[in-house]
Amino acid sequence: MRPILIRGGRIIDPSRGIDEVADLYLADGKVQASGAGLGRPDDALVVDAAGKVVSPGLIDLHVHLREPGQEDIETVATGAMAAAAGGFSAVCAMPNTDPVTDNQAAVGFIVSQAQRAGKARVYPIGAISLGQKGRQLAEFGELVGAGAVAVSDDGKPVVSSHLMRTALEYARTFGIPVADHCEDPTLSAGGAMHEGLVSTRLGLKGIPAAAEEIMVARDILLAELTGGHMHLCHMSTRGSVELIRRAKEKGLRVTAEACPHHFTLTHEACEGYNTNAKMNPPLREPEDREAVRQGLRDGTIDAICTDHAPHHYDAKEREFDDAPNGIIGLETALGLAVTELVETGLLTLADLVLRMSVMPARVFNLPGGTLAPGSPADVVVFDPGARWTVRPEEFFSKSRNTPFGGRELRGRADLTIVRGQVVFQRNGGTAERR
Amino acid sequence: MASAPALGKDLIGLEQLGAEQIRLILDTAEPFKEVSERPIKKVPALRGKTIVNLFFEASTRTRISFEFAEKRLSADTVNVATAASSVSKGETLVDTARNLEAMRIDMVVIRHGASGAAQFLGQRIRSNVINAGDGKHEHPTQALLDMLTLRDRFKRLEGLKVAICGDILHSRVARSNIWGLTRLGAEVGVCGPATLLPRNVQELGVTILPRIEDAIQWADALNVLRLQLERMQAGFLPSLREYNRVFGVTNERLARAPKDLLVLHPGPINRGVEIDSDVADGPHSVILPQVTNGVAVRMAVLYLLAGGSPDWAQSSGGGD
Repeated sequence: MRPILIRGGRIIDPSRGIDEVADLYLADGKVQASGAGLGRPDDALVVDAAGKVVSPGLIDLHVHLREPGQEDIETVATGAMAAAAGGFSAVCAMPNTDPVTDNQAAVGFIVSQAQRAGKARVYPIGAISLGQKGRQLAEFGELVGAGAVAVSDDGKPVVSSHLMRTALEYARTFGIPVADHCEDPTLSAGGAMHEGLVSTRLGLKGIPAAAEEIMVARDILLAELTGGHMHLCHMSTRGSVELIRRAKEKGLRVTAEACPHHFTLTHEACEGYNTNAKMNPPLREPEDREAVRQGLRDGTIDAICTDHAPHHYDAKEREFDDAPNGIIGLETALGLAVTELVETGLLTLADLVLRMSVMPARVFNLPGGTLAPGSPADVVVFDPGARWTVRPEEFFSKSRNTPFGGRELRGRADLTIVRGQVVFQRNGGTAERR
Repeated sequence: MASAPALGKDLIGLEQLGAEQIRLILDTAEPFKEVSERPIKKVPALRGKTIVNLFFEASTRTRISFEFAEKRLSADTVNVATAASSVSKGETLVDTARNLEAMRIDMVVIRHGASGAAQFLGQRIRSNVINAGDGKHEHPTQALLDMLTLRDRFKRLEGLKVAICGDILHSRVARSNIWGLTRLGAEVGVCGPATLLPRNVQELGVTILPRIEDAIQWADALNVLRLQLERMQAGFLPSLREYNRVFGVTNERLARAPKDLLVLHPGPINRGVEIDSDVADGPHSVILPQVTNGVAVRMAVLYLLAGGSPDWAQSSGGGD
């Protein structure tokens, strides 16, 4: 494996409080050194990163890679490539595949597909319940043994409070978080978008914010009851942010994530029955978007995740009620975060790296999220000032379902390194061989 | 002759229309009323045009009304109902639309259970699309015929107080009436159990009237919506009996009105539920004039979307 010297970039590593222009030297799959004016070993690949940010690779706690079961819309390989192109060195794959990732063999399959792909790391998340049916616990021990990093029934809420309680208690044995998709299905049933003025005008059944908040409140209470690690997925409402803020003040083991679409868009995006704005949880109101932003600023929300959810174009090319939920996000997340959070002055670049790399690694106890010597050589070089226009047809993902097509963004990954190997390099980018 | 089509390509809803456009439709409907009173109920305005009535939901009144409107304008029409179409074989709406278009049709009248279906179709085919009711979104021709009926009786819409009563949440008729009436300067109230009022509805510029007695005190006219009987199963209401006792429009309640109220209903009525028979059949009711006006309004919409000019309608309607 050829060593890599990344020269002259702005190294931002919030895990060690570092923000300085320096060189970074990677060899044997690990960070070896960082500092000013590192010498170049003869065989090293030299990357000129002047004007760019060099940070630990981004980590996405929440993606849907659709393999096994829907390989026509995404695979582990295409998803891992899309992740790399988005600056992610690792992603966590939700278990709502077909069949469900609820056993050792299924977890092992994803691990081996990810190894074959050799792009971003893919960490499987196992199901909480067998078949995600919400009845019987899956074998967490076996799942973790095969490589699962968390458990979740994402896509569906865990309706039974008893099951969630036992999941939190049992997960403690293995030191993994339980990630919940917070939705009270009796309140959200049949809903196609956020319940508010826009749903009233469009005549679509709404999903009230309370459908999420009721489950957030319950999950927090169960975290308190059990001492388990509760991770709250894709938080979208001001009420949820407030509940989490109070739980954290009490010192409970509660962590949370939020998606770029929830800090960028509101329910207005559904105007014209735009099915690429249909997702679950739905796009909410401006006050909710602001609360999510503030939660990311003050750390109430630990991590930015994409909830990357590929769909075939003709699944979205239909009546709003019948279109599936979800959008892809791996190749737009960094640009949206820079544009919406950094350019607006809400976050510094160091905060952004904290929310997209350092904290995700800590929340799920993953390798990476740091450039400390000896840590994995998972690195992203990105240009925070790059102006680019989202062109879904150029995505590495197999799917194109994004509401951001045509949007001009700032900030884009140029180079992604995983285990010391370049897995993505933008054409005409910063890397050059010498 | 007017040059550009006055309404655009499609009629999806009244939300997108301005006051002038709505007034144009109502004014154009006036001469068409007379066509239906003739022994030979036909004008050649749409001769040679082909129109498909594409009904994905059961409908008697609206479909027949459109069909009469089309035939009285001399258009060639085909009715497609879901049970008889390939939709039941799993064909998507977009494929159905493209196949119809490949047969070179001029207009599609669509009724569909999904909100947004009419707009979806309109954006994907070149033919004119008329929304005959899409989910809980809009039913513009129903609101137009309601407005025409109100205008016939009150000679104005501006300043008129119209209370829409019943299941506002699930009603496309309510939404279209709210847009249309407010555009033309009427005041709109909505009255119904809180379980059946949509979120933030007051932001559409309407007054919330919590009790039917409030509506009767406030309004010049009541537009009483049909209560879908399945709302009880969904937990919105305890019983039809109680609905009638609390929200039913009865002669007893109307007798306490400060003004002589007009009562509209888009039909079909549930006698003894949202409206008592003696109201529906009594002097306040304009339910049947609404139906008559429905044909004229739909003729006007078809005619204007096909590019017809209001002047021509005047002369044609007057004595062609």
